[in-house]
Amino acid sequence: MAARKLNLKERYSLLTRDLDWEYSYRDKKEIFPYEDFEGIKITDWSKWEDPFRLTMDAYWKYQAEKEKKLYAIFDAFAQNNGQQNVTDARYINAIKVFLTGVSPLEYQAYSGYAHVGRQFSGVGARTACQMQSIDELRHVQTQVHAMSHYNKFFDGFQDFSHMHDRVWYLSVPKSFFDDARSAGPFEFMVAISFSFEYVLTNLLFVPFMSGAAYNGDMATVTFGFSAQSDEARHMTLGLEVIKFLLEQHPDNVPIVQRWIDKWFWRGTRLLAIVAMMMDYMLPNRVMSWKEAWEVYFEEAGGALFKDLARYGIEMPKYAATAIAEKDHISHQTWSTFYNYGHAAAFHTWMPDEKEMDWLSEKYPDTFDKYYRPRFEHWREKEQAGERFYNPTLPMLCNTCQIPMGFTEMDDPSLIAYRQSVYQGERYNFCSDGCKDIFDHEPEKYVQSWLPVHQIYQGNCGGADIEKVLSEYYRINMGKDNLDFHGSPDEARWNAWHNLESAEERLKKAG
Amino acid sequence: MSKVYMALQDNEEAHYLVEALEEDNPDVTVDYQPAMIRIENEDRLVLKRETVEEKMGRDWDLQSLHVNLVTIGGNVDETDDEFTLSWN
Amino acid sequence: MTIEIKTSTIQPIRNTFAHIERRFGDKPASRYQEASYDLAPTTNFHYRPLWDPERELYDPGRTAIDMEDWYAFRDPRQYYYGSYVQARAKLQEITESNYAFFTRRDLASRLPGAAREKIVRCLLPLRHLEMGANMNNVFGSAYGIGTVLTQAFLYNGMDRLGIAQYLSRIGLILDGNSGDTLKAAKTSWMEDPLWQDLRRYVEDVLAQKDWFEVFVAQDVVLDTLVYDIFYRQFDDAMTDAGAGDLAMLIEFMQEWHKETSRWVDSVIKTAVAESDANREQIAAWVADWKQQALAALGPLAAEAVGPDAINASAEVLNKRLAKAGL
Repeated sequence: MAARKLNLKERYSLLTRDLDWEYSYRDKKEIFPYEDFEGIKITDWSKWEDPFRLTMDAYWKYQAEKEKKLYAIFDAFAQNNGQQNVTDARYINAIKVFLTGVSPLEYQAYSGYAHVGRQFSGVGARTACQMQSIDELRHVQTQVHAMSHYNKFFDGFQDFSHMHDRVWYLSVPKSFFDDARSAGPFEFMVAISFSFEYVLTNLLFVPFMSGAAYNGDMATVTFGFSAQSDEARHMTLGLEVIKFLLEQHPDNVPIVQRWIDKWFWRGTRLLAIVAMMMDYMLPNRVMSWKEAWEVYFEEAGGALFKDLARYGIEMPKYAATAIAEKDHISHQTWSTFYNYGHAAAFHTWMPDEKEMDWLSEKYPDTFDKYYRPRFEHWREKEQAGERFYNPTLPMLCNTCQIPMGFTEMDDPSLIAYRQSVYQGERYNFCSDGCKDIFDHEPEKYVQSWLPVHQIYQGNCGGADIEKVLSEYYRINMGKDNLDFHGSPDEARWNAWHNLESAEERLKKAG
Repeated sequence: MSKVYMALQDNEEAHYLVEALEEDNPDVTVDYQPAMIRIENEDRLVLKRETVEEKMGRDWDLQSLHVNLVTIGGNVDETDDEFTLSWN
Repeated sequence: MTIEIKTSTIQPIRNTFAHIERRFGDKPASRYQEASYDLAPTTNFHYRPLWDPERELYDPGRTAIDMEDWYAFRDPRQYYYGSYVQARAKLQEITESNYAFFTRRDLASRLPGAAREKIVRCLLPLRHLEMGANMNNVFGSAYGIGTVLTQAFLYNGMDRLGIAQYLSRIGLILDGNSGDTLKAAKTSWMEDPLWQDLRRYVEDVLAQKDWFEVFVAQDVVLDTLVYDIFYRQFDDAMTDAGAGDLAMLIEFMQEWHKETSRWVDSVIKTAVAESDANREQIAAWVADWKQQALAALGPLAAEAVGPDAINASAEVLNKRLAKAGL
């Protein structure tokens, strides 16, 4: 019998979609209980277009090929003491932020996609989500393995998982993902698959990983691009989800639009830390945060929202504010961390003269006017032996949980404050976007585990801040925290490269 | 008009893919960045299996594109023979 | 002299991550350990899930089983993602070459008619059972606790999707890609009285809320019986009926089951050994689901293999349970 040739779509349909059946011994709602409560209307799951048509045999084959390559590089990197070949030990702090702040999100993504990968009644969506779930597990594990070698030579990586659950600034990424995962399954998809994966993660993975390559960090660029090779599938899923929801029922459009508004804003706040990593933590710079934002949000996102206009979807509500912030956000975030450098598990520093010049060139409208004078002042204080640390506990935004330090965009000297009152209590926000999110679901956001409140309430090991940092957070004081200059990281780096310490250089200069 | 794009890891296989893309999309822009190659085009970008096979001189499965793909922008249509990105 | 200083300064300052050191001591760790232990969040969750407001994200209360330390479970295969996909890729390559050989030599045409019919009626409908098994294992991955356990659930879930796809390909090889055998198999699954109790069992498991119970009902009870009946006894029966070539197409399932059983056994053993309460709970689940599974599979086993088949498989299950301390 001569076999008929099946095309990719037919084959995938027979091998995957056709495995499902209509339940008759149990009510479908018992098996998929979470599909209705968000108000999303799905009239016909069979209209789902599979974003990619990968069967498990091909999945195993290609993924094994990727893993083989990746681990060969990790081995070579470790054997050759690749940690010595990065441009500068300051750079390592960017990947400390990555391991403590981003990798645990990959873990949450794994769990979140397992949840929707079980709960969607449409088999096409379910299997696509399962594949993303296992990919996300891959990402957290390959990141841990990539950083494993750095952990052996630098401080601040060692307790990433413990810290992610507790440390003040890590509640920003943690609450972001907790928020998405505690939402209904469709909101989760709009939040993570669409708003985050499709609209925003390029900003994290593409220019930053290219930057890692530019800074001699073979381990990070390798896991980064290898993870990205899965990301193309995830992005396709994100776009398919949106189109599917919008095509299923016109009543879905306003719900989806509100989710896009919310998650775009939540995502841009989360990326403030990436902005800082790109502009301040990469000794060799590929592009500024502003340039990356223009390419990957304004241009790519612009094309995307133009495409979605036919469904009645508009640009996210606070896109204009986010665009205005591109000139400020990295500088303001770095200032905050510089201020609280004693309470962070990575090092901060003031950019040197050459770096400040680069920032002036990239941010001609803002850097010299608003930030350079402040930074030069801090640098002078450091040179005088009085490195500035802010001893107070900051007030946090109740939604994004970032310390209140972002300014009004029409007056960059004025810190933005917004407030809402709910059941007699006052809540503070850093922006209109964050206030909107709270006002729409106050019963959710009053639950926020705000690190500063928790310290005040005595839930982090008492009132002694030193103890909170060293015992509750498990920051190795004097090693993980404080300025890069004078850190054990710097001393080791200098010893490897026979360099003078900054202190010695200062002495000579003075 | 909007731009669609893809980025590939900069490696041996990617160079054949870029050659194929350049042949099938005459107006394409190719930008070499650290460790990656970004390819963009107005509205539509198509990668054809047949062209890649011609460049490589061997059989090539379109799904193995994913091994080297870093990112994309645009709606995806994937068949046995073509991988297409487009905006409506 | 400088060289000496250089070598001493590139000594590592620590061997592994702090949470790994706390568990296994201050020594270099394996990739499996670093990828698996203490990765999941455990505290300070921000919001209660809208879909389960009584509980937290990563709440150990989603099962009646209680563990002092959820990382007491271990995967004897030590699978993390990288080692998992590489193991599967190897198995997949062999399978691919088997399927290619079978197709190229047109071995389907050599299958006796009765055997072919039996494969369509008694083996192919299992593709739907595998879809159920996929969902049940992903369930454990989504709501279970501790990465050592939840990652293995996901690998198992994806394996089951792969097995469902291989079973479907067997159909497509038999029907020359028309899909007729798959249609027939689905009709059997939906309507044939022979399959209905099994389908009811699968749907019942899908409706359960306790993820450990789902694991017991699916991976322990049902899989032990199904894999013994259909991939051991049925394989032998087919060989006797002159359809020994089928073995090439189900080798994946046999190898997979052998390997995965080691993990399943270790999970059960660890949970049972933890406490009397766990043992009693698991024993109650086993008793309940075993009775239903035997009833559901009895007629099928008789049709596929012969009247004694179900008892032989029950014996295999009992031995396994005894080994796990039940």
